[in-house]
Amino acid sequence: MSEVMEQEAKAEQAAKPITILEALNRALHDAMADDSKVLVFGEDVADPEEGGVVGVSKGLSTKFGEERCRSTPITEQAIIGAAIGVSLAGYKPVAEIMLMNFTTVAMDMIVNHAAKLRYMSGGQTSVPIVIRTMTGAGFSTGGQHSDYFEAWFAHTAGLKVVAASNAADAYGLLRSAIDDPDPVIFIENMPSYWNPGEAPQPGHRVPIGKARVAAEGSDITIVAHSRMANESLMALQALGEAGVSAEVIDLRTISPWDEETVANSVAKTGRCLIVHEAVKPFGIGAEIAATLSERFFGKLKAPVGRVGAPFTPVPFAQPLEQAFLPNAQKIADAAIALVKGNQ
Amino acid sequence: MDNRYTPDAPTQVEIFRRMALLKANDERSRKVITTGRLVMPYYSYRGQEVIPSALSVNLTDQDYLCTIYRGIHDMLAKGLPLKDLWAEIAGRVDGTCKGKGGPMHLTYPTKGIMVTTGIVGSSMPIANGLAWASQLSGDGRVSVATFGDGASNIGAFHESLNLASVWKLPVIFVCQNNQWGEHTRYEKATSAKQVADRAIGYSMPGVRVNGNDVFEMYAASREAVERARAGEGPTLIEAVTFRHHGHVFGDADNYMDKAEKAAWVAKDPYPIYRQKLVDDGVATEAQLAEIETKVEAEIDEAVAFALESPFPGLAELTTDVYGEAA
Repeated sequence: MSEVMEQEAKAEQAAKPITILEALNRALHDAMADDSKVLVFGEDVADPEEGGVVGVSKGLSTKFGEERCRSTPITEQAIIGAAIGVSLAGYKPVAEIMLMNFTTVAMDMIVNHAAKLRYMSGGQTSVPIVIRTMTGAGFSTGGQHSDYFEAWFAHTAGLKVVAASNAADAYGLLRSAIDDPDPVIFIENMPSYWNPGEAPQPGHRVPIGKARVAAEGSDITIVAHSRMANESLMALQALGEAGVSAEVIDLRTISPWDEETVANSVAKTGRCLIVHEAVKPFGIGAEIAATLSERFFGKLKAPVGRVGAPFTPVPFAQPLEQAFLPNAQKIADAAIALVKGNQ
Repeated sequence: MDNRYTPDAPTQVEIFRRMALLKANDERSRKVITTGRLVMPYYSYRGQEVIPSALSVNLTDQDYLCTIYRGIHDMLAKGLPLKDLWAEIAGRVDGTCKGKGGPMHLTYPTKGIMVTTGIVGSSMPIANGLAWASQLSGDGRVSVATFGDGASNIGAFHESLNLASVWKLPVIFVCQNNQWGEHTRYEKATSAKQVADRAIGYSMPGVRVNGNDVFEMYAASREAVERARAGEGPTLIEAVTFRHHGHVFGDADNYMDKAEKAAWVAKDPYPIYRQKLVDDGVATEAQLAEIETKVEAEIDEAVAFALESPFPGLAELTTDVYGEAA
């Protein structure tokens, strides 16, 4: 193959859409190649254990060795403890907690230690770790395998919380999370892993704390993250048919959230609907709504609305699970009610 | 017995110096709190001085330590400077952590003191991570996690011992069995006859020693340190001792058996070891008295320094929550 042809082939490969799963895998590969201090570990992550239960870490141990990509016992507390300790000594570990529900087993390590050691040591030590974890309803995994707990972590000073909704953001956010000097909870949506999207350039970064305006509109601002950002985009058709022009903001970072991007949009539209898959009471929507009411009291055209799951555990039976899960239709209905209800 | 496992005369005196410092510091801490000059939660380690003193002479400043809320003795023995300690427990800006950690969260990386936790059992999972770093880099450091007998009943202990063993980490788990988990007796809370037995389940050496005996504690520590440095993996040391006071300062220890406590206090390892050094001709009475006078003077100076140090400025409230992105 000629040099030109080779470059063409590479360019073609780079332009080919990839899935979120492939993007995460590339981000880990590139981060480990760029910095020998980056480690990946967790249950089943090395290639003899199939490179992760869905394959996010496939190929890493073969390429970088099982010292740097290491499978662990099923031992969440010890995994996060090890991540904290190894980071105190200068490494940059990416620890996988297979499912977000399993973070509960490691909450002492995450909340009492990872989040607080910088502060309690007066800035002498820091814990630059990434905790990757997947979750999300839709696969009938029942009450202990699909909860969204982002509000718990966002409520803890010292932690950062991010969630990507597409391949390029997944790559860029993971690279930024690994660069970050503080512990980052990196949430992956299980049903979205195989969504294809535009491939990121190698080395692409999405800054932590920056939201993305995913669609522009003038009547209402819809704020969402993770899978719900995509459901919000899918709601646009029904909204358009109803004559509602919606602006969709994908938060990307849940804490610290991009208050300015959201506020700028709400200043324009005068209405806001916040969407998350987590149960509605005490969710991140409450924090965003409270902030908007502080900033825009008297200027809003409608009360700030929220769409979230009902206050129940995630159910197993498919019709119940679908009823539990917010979706494009529910988002469109809520947004239309907010806009039409006040005209 | 292998000579490596017996401290030479200068080391015996150094262990005494550390014990004298620890004992005097505990007595002073309680006095300063009683007189109202300091307000803090204080967990006395009086009676447990031998363990960190005989352990730490086998460690370097580079070796890592993760300890717990009842751990000021561990840190002083590891070299935490008195002024930095006292300013921190007084909540002053000159403390190790600018007054933001306090007595339960002292940190002093210069001497390898990486984490002090207020959560029972949580020193162990983090010590594993530090040990993993040494395994990866080959820097030869050893990590030590200290904890009490109560912590051997919590999940963190079991997860940590298992991972350390599977990964063959250069870590030493030092259980200071003072026979009380807060207000509850060992036997009432712990299924194993001795904590050291639990090592069997994790395929690592479990060594039970008299934690009030300098020579036993020194030998066990020395062997565990050598084993870790040689890449042979972790060791669990159970050092049996007794807590002379209640769980936390102000706890009148009504739940403790008075006769049992009196018997242990009568066996206080400090005067016993002091007498042994004189009897064995390792040090003279005058030399030991001089050490005691010196540590008292150092503590005087540290307390005065701490109480004169300013409190942190209010800007410190919101700093050190997050770092600066590179």
